[in-house]
Amino acid sequence: MNELKDNALPNAVVSSSANSAAHLDLDTPDKPYLASNELIINMGPQHPATHGVLRVILKLDGEKVLGTECVIGYLHRGVEKIAENRTYTMFNPYVDRMDYVAAVSNGLGYCQAVEKLLNVEAPPRANYIRVILTELNRIASHQLWLGTHALDIGAMTPLFYTFRDREEILKIFEKYCGARLTTHAFRIGGCQYETYAGFEKEVKNFLAFVAPKIDEYEELLTTNRIWLERTKNVGTISAEDAIALGVTGPVLRASGVKWDIRKAQPYANYADFDFEVPTGKNGDTYDRYLVRMVEMRQSLRIIEQAVNGIPEGPIMAKVPKVIKPAVGEIYHSIESPKGELGYFIVSDGSTQPYRLRVRPPSFVNLQALDVMVRGQLVADVVAVIGTIDIVLGEVDR
Amino acid sequence: MIQYLMSYLGSPLTPGQAGNQLWALIYVMIIFTGVSVAVMAMNWLERKALAHFQIRLGPMRVGPHGLLQPIADAIKLALKEDIIPTEADQFVFWIAPLIGLIASFTVYIVIPFGPSQAVSDMNIGILFMLGVSSLGALGIVVAGWASNSHYPLIGALRSSAQMVSYEVAMGLAVVSAIMMTSLGSASTGTLSMIQIVESQQQQGVWFLFKFFPLGLIAFVVFAIAMVAETNRAPFDMAEAESELTAGFHTEYSGLRWSLFMLAEYAAMIAVSSIAVTLWLGGWMRPFPNLLSGPTWEFIFSLFPGLTFAALALFAFIGTVRMPSHSFFKIQKIGLGAFGLVLAFIALVLFLIAIAGHNSDTSIAARFREGIDYVYWFVLKVSIFMYLFIWYRATWPRYRFDQLMRIGWKVMLPISLGVLILTAIVGIRQEIWQAIQTLLKG
Repeated sequence: MNELKDNALPNAVVSSSANSAAHLDLDTPDKPYLASNELIINMGPQHPATHGVLRVILKLDGEKVLGTECVIGYLHRGVEKIAENRTYTMFNPYVDRMDYVAAVSNGLGYCQAVEKLLNVEAPPRANYIRVILTELNRIASHQLWLGTHALDIGAMTPLFYTFRDREEILKIFEKYCGARLTTHAFRIGGCQYETYAGFEKEVKNFLAFVAPKIDEYEELLTTNRIWLERTKNVGTISAEDAIALGVTGPVLRASGVKWDIRKAQPYANYADFDFEVPTGKNGDTYDRYLVRMVEMRQSLRIIEQAVNGIPEGPIMAKVPKVIKPAVGEIYHSIESPKGELGYFIVSDGSTQPYRLRVRPPSFVNLQALDVMVRGQLVADVVAVIGTIDIVLGEVDR
Repeated sequence: MIQYLMSYLGSPLTPGQAGNQLWALIYVMIIFTGVSVAVMAMNWLERKALAHFQIRLGPMRVGPHGLLQPIADAIKLALKEDIIPTEADQFVFWIAPLIGLIASFTVYIVIPFGPSQAVSDMNIGILFMLGVSSLGALGIVVAGWASNSHYPLIGALRSSAQMVSYEVAMGLAVVSAIMMTSLGSASTGTLSMIQIVESQQQQGVWFLFKFFPLGLIAFVVFAIAMVAETNRAPFDMAEAESELTAGFHTEYSGLRWSLFMLAEYAAMIAVSSIAVTLWLGGWMRPFPNLLSGPTWEFIFSLFPGLTFAALALFAFIGTVRMPSHSFFKIQKIGLGAFGLVLAFIALVLFLIAIAGHNSDTSIAARFREGIDYVYWFVLKVSIFMYLFIWYRATWPRYRFDQLMRIGWKVMLPISLGVLILTAIVGIRQEIWQAIQTLLKG
């Protein structure tokens, strides 16, 4: 990375204008007649395939990628600093704006972290509602990933299918809490809203609706020759590299590491449910695709069990009106659709966190980009950015 | 005057063969207008069909069902600011879209819409066509270079790599079809587009089905290569919007950009015409030898009218089904009027078909013949156009090294093998005789 920054950038910029003929020094015999240079190109921050405002500086030899450097921060809003000036309750909606396609997961992580700090347990019914909504959100997030990832690789149509089906999830969210994207669904200590009439039926209808739709996406892509060629052995990352880089989530699991916080350190009441953690073998783009497809189906399984077993009871634990945790610090992480989403909160005993730090999965996973694309082609960079599944709101915070 | 016109209408020669430059000019004008209109229609159809593949409606606002959208687009593009980047090579930047456009329109000179419905019948027709249509890639390469920008440059590089890897397989597939023209009873080989179709009629088989499955394989090789040739999905790496923003035409805008689009669609129609001419019997209607005779002629000559009648019916159904909101009033009138125009065309076509049936030598009979030829040709070409849209909706994009690998390692051996097998199968009797003589001697 540093080597690229220090040496290559200023010198290797190619100019192909008419004036550059003067630099070509045709008289000197030891210089080749046709000089070839490495090409430095800017991908982003305004580029159709960088999923927002990611800027990737690519060093190319022809189309071969020699190195990459990610420039981030275009969407930096200082979420962590804002937390220091808000009470614990007031900060809750801000976390929805980080990974805005999986806002429910973000809210769950934050609420549970504060609950852990307060030593409060959410009641069982609240936990069930939380699991249903987060798993729905996982499907929605994966659908959005699939659509955009396929679009990056050139298949236009899956995008529209996934957005059509994601809409059904957003409708459930909207009915439950009034918002579609930045849901703010949970509160510290449980949920604010009781489920609306017909919630369970609607969720069950959705399960029946979406299962064949996932088959439909797979029909378009899983055995498609071009899809296989474009994703197999592209952006491969070994398990060791992935662990060393701190990569989590589907990207890590596709490399063969069975690490899912829902199983490893069960939170909410994930321990009650029966589901499998899919893993890949090769750690390439295709395996990551398969892992996420299976994850969607596993989420359906979890939701089904949760909807059938949802107990009656209160939805809020006893939480003081003014949240004033004791002095201390806490780290809590959950399995968001993109990986391990952690919150580290330091409390000084006041109503506001002394320091709040988020461990965003997108940010950490993005580090693997360079390892994945070195030696591959430009077209693969796009595929790999898509397969890491980043959300710039979360990367930059 | 009528005598003068009749002498042309009745002539079995193309204007080029007859050496009449005025008549050739009129043909060129007609073809240029026709192709431009076809490109506009294709633009609308592509957006509509693609939208329906993707559970969308597509253009719906400009005119009924967005029928006027291409016109609105054309006006918008023509009125846009014409930007030439300061760092660009001005002259080359200016000439690049023209190269593509001229290349893709020039090939229409030899495309036979009928036995005499072509501007000219060159004796090297297919060679001319392949050569000129390949020049389109030059326009792309030059555009990418002249833009003096990285993304267009990479797009141009990809385009040239693509051309190199596909032209060969494409050429060999074409050669095997040309070879078939000489492998019938009492037929001689030819490169002329018109005579290729005529030799399919003589031999009584579309080359698609000749020496089954050899013709079919050659056709499939060509059909894949022609998608690569026109830079369409899944081989649209030169303008891959998710990788290279817009590829070679990133720096182009307004009218210049629209020239590239015009060239691309015109080239699509042109290569489809080659495929139709070589393998699908060109202007011939289905079974011209089997189902011959005036009755069959009459039945088949009703098809153009029936097609337009069906389209008119579509338009009328659409008119009836439109909501009765005041917003749709103008759209309703527009679609109804469009349906009426289509119905009128259908009526005229029916009248011509009937008039042509009753008298064999009149101007109506000539007209009927001409309409039939063009109709069947356009119908076959439009099947390919639909395939282009279908590919785009279904498949992801190939990577350019994979495309080259397929071009060199898969398509080239296949087309070479087909070529050799075609030759062997074509002269199997001679080979058999030679073996027998050898054994006897």
